[in-house]
Amino acid sequence: MTAAPPTGMLELRGVTAGYGQFTALWGVSLRVSAGEAVAVVGPNGAGKTTLMRVISGLVSPREGDLTFEGQSLARLPAHEIVAHGIAHVPEGRRIFPMLTVADNLKMGAFLRSARRGYRDSLERVYTLFPALAERQKQRAGSLSGGEQQMLAIGRALMSRPKIILLDEPSMGLAPVMVLRLFDLIRRVREEGYTILVVEQNVRQILKLVDRAYLLEVGRIKMEGRADELSEQDFVRKAYVGL
Amino acid sequence: MIDPIFIAEAALNGILLGGVMALLALGLNLIFGVLDIVWIAYVELVMLCMYLVYFLVTGYGWPIWLGGLASVAFGAVLGVAVHLLIISPLLNSAAINQFLATGGLLFFLQSFATFLWTTDHRTVRLNLPIIEVAGMFLSFARLIAFVVAILAMIGLYLFLRHTFIGTAIRAVSQDRDAMRLMGANPQRVYVVTSAVGGAMAGLAGALLIIQYSVHPYFGAAFGPLTFMICVLGGLGNMVGAVVAAVIMSEIISVGGVMMSTEMGYVIAFVLFIVMMFARPGGILAKRE
Repeated sequence: MTAAPPTGMLELRGVTAGYGQFTALWGVSLRVSAGEAVAVVGPNGAGKTTLMRVISGLVSPREGDLTFEGQSLARLPAHEIVAHGIAHVPEGRRIFPMLTVADNLKMGAFLRSARRGYRDSLERVYTLFPALAERQKQRAGSLSGGEQQMLAIGRALMSRPKIILLDEPSMGLAPVMVLRLFDLIRRVREEGYTILVVEQNVRQILKLVDRAYLLEVGRIKMEGRADELSEQDFVRKAYVGL
Repeated sequence: MIDPIFIAEAALNGILLGGVMALLALGLNLIFGVLDIVWIAYVELVMLCMYLVYFLVTGYGWPIWLGGLASVAFGAVLGVAVHLLIISPLLNSAAINQFLATGGLLFFLQSFATFLWTTDHRTVRLNLPIIEVAGMFLSFARLIAFVVAILAMIGLYLFLRHTFIGTAIRAVSQDRDAMRLMGANPQRVYVVTSAVGGAMAGLAGALLIIQYSVHPYFGAAFGPLTFMICVLGGLGNMVGAVVAAVIMSEIISVGGVMMSTEMGYVIAFVLFIVMMFARPGGILAKRE
């Protein structure tokens, strides 16, 4: 039940990666096409975050190949990968708590290519997340969890990326906030961004994406169209179990 | 009884000294705030810059302002060199190693300066006037040093606040990996920080050489004072450093007039020790 379109914007082939002696990913292959929204779901410790960190260059793969728009990313440092158009919203948001909301967004536009259109990008982010516009001068650390997540996503958009990697965006948020956040992600999607999202909130995220992969103990166990996968047994299992 | 006018004069001189001390403390604090490393040899870099100005002005007849600019540039180069040659290879090793390495640099620079230039005290003789304000006498050199130091601090503030790289300097100390995800190479941000910190040492050198004579052990007097100010203000806290610089300079200056110069230092150090018990996080830190 493979439904991936033939041309991938982002492609991983047989990627193995880990930390020191520990291997978190075993030969993972994955593909995201331009304009698609793809989810990677799976239990805690499945290697989802490592997968994201490999793509953005924070962890280098031991084996396998990563390409983005046909160019290999495998040996590039993280700060050069961003310049290719890959923005990573890391697990736990990782905003700069002591900087203001506006300064956090400014750092999102640190890339030379993003600085030129800085004012435009800022306006777009504020239109998308009006709550951030109201809190421009506030220290980012004083925002609520949901607002911090919006800021992390807004900061990623400031680099004018082609694809956005979202790692557990709903983590630590109240249920009401999770719904609002997913609504915002849907709007980001409608803006035309390609999205790769890692989520534990399996049911919710499958309503939002086109395709999904199931990752378990570092291996892809299943992949397919989101509507097909939500019929599968594992969804109930994952949803109830974790 | 001491004439109050002398105390007022001392207080004014204390503020003037505070400006330059604040500049020194800010340079050291900037580097600590970003790299989490204390450059023990910071004031030794200032000493080298003072020698540079001395030789350019007395040996080559450069005007003092040009010597000062050269000093700023030289300081920036020294800062980058310290980072690349000493700090960068040790960035991931234990804090004590970094401490010992910059401490070693201190002794190296002191000895090397003695070897090259002997222990003679050298002074740039500028015929700057003494101004009289309401019965108080002020050295014009000190006034200029104070004004330039204040302008430099305002410049630093604007740089850190409003430029992309300045904001990145503040951000990288909060989350190095997140800054990489923004497309910034942390090493580049560190080099820029070290250059700015070094440039401030260069500027401080130029401002000090018009007030004091330079010798290889210049850092022995100003080094500990600078660290005390940084710690008293709370390491990495910029506003705290300025406040602490003024407090310490006032104590030394006013205490010096009311008792003796030595007693001024004694009081300053005693206050420092007491404050370390009362407010270990710095004078502006919130009480636990």
